[in-house]
Amino acid sequence: MENKYEPIIGLEIHVELKTRSKMFCGCRADWFGLEPNTNTCPVCLGLPGALPVPNKKAVEWCVALGMALDCEIPEFSKFDRKNYFYPDLPKGYQISQYDKPFAIKGKLKNIGITRVHMEEDTGKLLHAQVNGENCTLIDFNRSGVPLVEIVTEPDIRSSEEARIFLKKLHQIIRYIGISDADMEKGSMRLEPNISLRKIGEKGLPNYKVEVKNINSFNFAKKAIDYEIKRHADLLEKGETPKQETRGWDEKKGITYSQRSKEEAHDYRYFPEPDIPPIRWSKDQLSVIRKQLPELPDAKIKRIIKDFSLTEYDSTILTDELETANYFEEAVKLSTINYQLSTKVIANWIINKRVDITKTSPEELLKMIQAKSQVVQIDENELEFIIKVLDANPKAVADFRSGKESVIMFLVGQVMRETKGKTDAQQVKEKIVQLLKKS
Amino acid sequence: MKNDITELTIKELLNSLAKKEFSSIELIDAYLKNINSFEENIKAFITLLDREEIHAKIKNLKFKIKNLSGLPFSLKDAYITQDTTTTAGSKILDGYKPKYNATVYQKLLDNGAVLIGKNSQDAWGHGSTSENTDYDIPRNPYDLNRVAGGSSGGSAAAVAANMVPFAIGEDTGGSIRNPASFCNITGLKVTYGRVSRYGAIAYASSLDTVGPMAKSVEDIAYILSIIAGKDPYDATTSPNPVPNYIENLSRDIKNKIIGVPKEFFQDGTDKEVIQKVRDALKIFEKLGANICEVSIPSIDIGVAAYYLLAPSETSSNLARYDGIRFGHSRDKFTQETMRRIMIGTYALSAGYYDAYYKKSLKARTLIINDYNNAFKKCDMLIGPVNPTPAPKFGELISDPVQLMLSDVYTLTQNIAGIPSLALPCGFTESGLPIGMQIMGKMFSEETILQAGFAYQQATDWHKRKPKL
Repeated sequence: MENKYEPIIGLEIHVELKTRSKMFCGCRADWFGLEPNTNTCPVCLGLPGALPVPNKKAVEWCVALGMALDCEIPEFSKFDRKNYFYPDLPKGYQISQYDKPFAIKGKLKNIGITRVHMEEDTGKLLHAQVNGENCTLIDFNRSGVPLVEIVTEPDIRSSEEARIFLKKLHQIIRYIGISDADMEKGSMRLEPNISLRKIGEKGLPNYKVEVKNINSFNFAKKAIDYEIKRHADLLEKGETPKQETRGWDEKKGITYSQRSKEEAHDYRYFPEPDIPPIRWSKDQLSVIRKQLPELPDAKIKRIIKDFSLTEYDSTILTDELETANYFEEAVKLSTINYQLSTKVIANWIINKRVDITKTSPEELLKMIQAKSQVVQIDENELEFIIKVLDANPKAVADFRSGKESVIMFLVGQVMRETKGKTDAQQVKEKIVQLLKKS
Repeated sequence: MKNDITELTIKELLNSLAKKEFSSIELIDAYLKNINSFEENIKAFITLLDREEIHAKIKNLKFKIKNLSGLPFSLKDAYITQDTTTTAGSKILDGYKPKYNATVYQKLLDNGAVLIGKNSQDAWGHGSTSENTDYDIPRNPYDLNRVAGGSSGGSAAAVAANMVPFAIGEDTGGSIRNPASFCNITGLKVTYGRVSRYGAIAYASSLDTVGPMAKSVEDIAYILSIIAGKDPYDATTSPNPVPNYIENLSRDIKNKIIGVPKEFFQDGTDKEVIQKVRDALKIFEKLGANICEVSIPSIDIGVAAYYLLAPSETSSNLARYDGIRFGHSRDKFTQETMRRIMIGTYALSAGYYDAYYKKSLKARTLIINDYNNAFKKCDMLIGPVNPTPAPKFGELISDPVQLMLSDVYTLTQNIAGIPSLALPCGFTESGLPIGMQIMGKMFSEETILQAGFAYQQATDWHKRKPKL
């Protein structure tokens, strides 16, 4: 039944930037975990008379993300007011961007990026009991944190495609270093909108359903699949799914209706008069472009080319920027002192034989070298080993009959003879070599 | 020295203070004495600071060399003053004690000036008579049955009645110039971006300007020098350097070209008003200026454009007074304010945006172009401030459309962002003050202050005082 229909999926993603200060004031952007209402000022509390002053860094980062997503950066851009009443919105409007966003018409993984724009986060409502009464508390610590919104074209045709797109976007954001994009903390929030059309039909369906409150890629996939099934069932019955906003209940694995089209807002957007419009010079934009780091896809290609690795290896190494940087650092050190194969270094990292957060690249190289070196025992040391083997025939016999654990006893004996001056690992390997040969 | 020290200019006051001819305490007390005598009739203040409190503030002043050491002043109640009640003339904020200081206030404090009170005004700046207030309505010191003008009516009345040497008003569509002209004082609407708006409770953010109101152009120059300039807390302030307004004040205006926009002398403008402005132009000619007629054809659409732009912005600016955080609920908005919120909400709504808000932005561009064209031909423009002298109470407030039209000559300068200096130019036969305005190019405060100063050197209208 579902094969009769084709999903039409678009995504809206909100990302909190990790600038030092908030979008329009000097309060900390890193609000997470702070005592409620301790990270506020007249501006982010929306007190009478306070004015927003845009955070230059946040604006540049928004443009940088637009560039990373292959967007056009219009020379002219501006902020607008999005007017609506909600207790977590202290000014009664959100400063956002309407018709002149910082970035437009991009592409990622063949999915069109409609726009990338800048706005401010809201406060947080806490539903609690105070003195036995149910009430809602407001925490403004998050109010005014820089938020970038990325909107895609409805180009996505499956939940898996959506998941892959989101992972790639997440990776790019982390590469540029503009956000932790930590979904548990809500610093990256996903809102798919979904509708179905009959296979073969062209044009967009006459409805769409937006799903909110999703905080993992897998939940996004599940929510999309749930909606596809739900829409298909309705369409089969000859009904059109209602245009609405739905929430995702991760415990039950279902979506539920939150707000219907009839309650849709008229946001009465108009240009934010407190912030002058932005006109970029070519120089300003090229400075931002130059500061963009190498992005994941470029890095994958370069690592394949420079270090003769497979695409598989390169993709895993570049999944997290930290891993890629670790690998490149290790390779660099290796060419100076160790001359190890890049493939071997890559394998150690890929197979997680070491914890790269605890082992320095130098230490890693030493470990690899120790492991892979041909056993080199000098004449003198060899004499000690033979002496020990001759003196311990029972242990030698035990080893040969399969009781390999006695090897450590033999190594210990040799180490005692040489007063610990030999390398235990090398001694061990030499003993194994001698006993297995004879 | 004059018998009444409250009649001295700022320059004279500062000289006398420096020479210790009288102390700051004596000076403050002289003004407080006037407040004691006249405030009951004038109602220029919503909040008056306690005398002991003011004295304590003066004693705490570190008497380093400061520009305004010990000089008292008042603020329109739209300015945020830490720990001092700030209402913007609305009961919504009744008893509201802010937690920070407006930049303009902080700058004056840093220069040693001493706040003595907060002036009455139309709530949120919505009005031109100060009758749209939830507090006492200020009265015109020249005729207690007439309005002081608005929305900065309390500030104008306080200066006219010698209750303060100067006040800070706020002008969104004439709110400094209109009451200045009704009360025979001098007031400056600055270029948009010249003075920080941080801490000025917003009426219409793209039109709001912060400016001084005082007894003379010279006094205005003193205050402007202190309050002008870039503010890191207001992204719309200009980085343009602030000229020394005082030093260059007495430069002559020979060969300056003064444009007279014919649209500023329309039918319906009081004959005495027209006559007094024409008389003033003759003085300027005598001072060596050349007068020429120019045209600002878009002035007719100014009223319509303003009453879409300003309400649109105010509908958004007042959204935060939703009853959740500031104590008093929305039913405390006055009829006039509700009307402006409704008009603005309507103009911004889907389906009406293009016909109203967007069209008003186009009108704005036309108005800016008209002024630019006029300033290609002349250095400044002169016209009346108000079409009539101060009306009686109830005359305008009862007719919202007439109320809007009364602003016809003072709206377009805010729409264009240009500076305009209002100053006295005579009286009606019945003794009511008449004011004119000198408009300049963006950031040409220096030029219009020079012209105003030259005029006030040649005339004494600004020195006339009401009989109280």
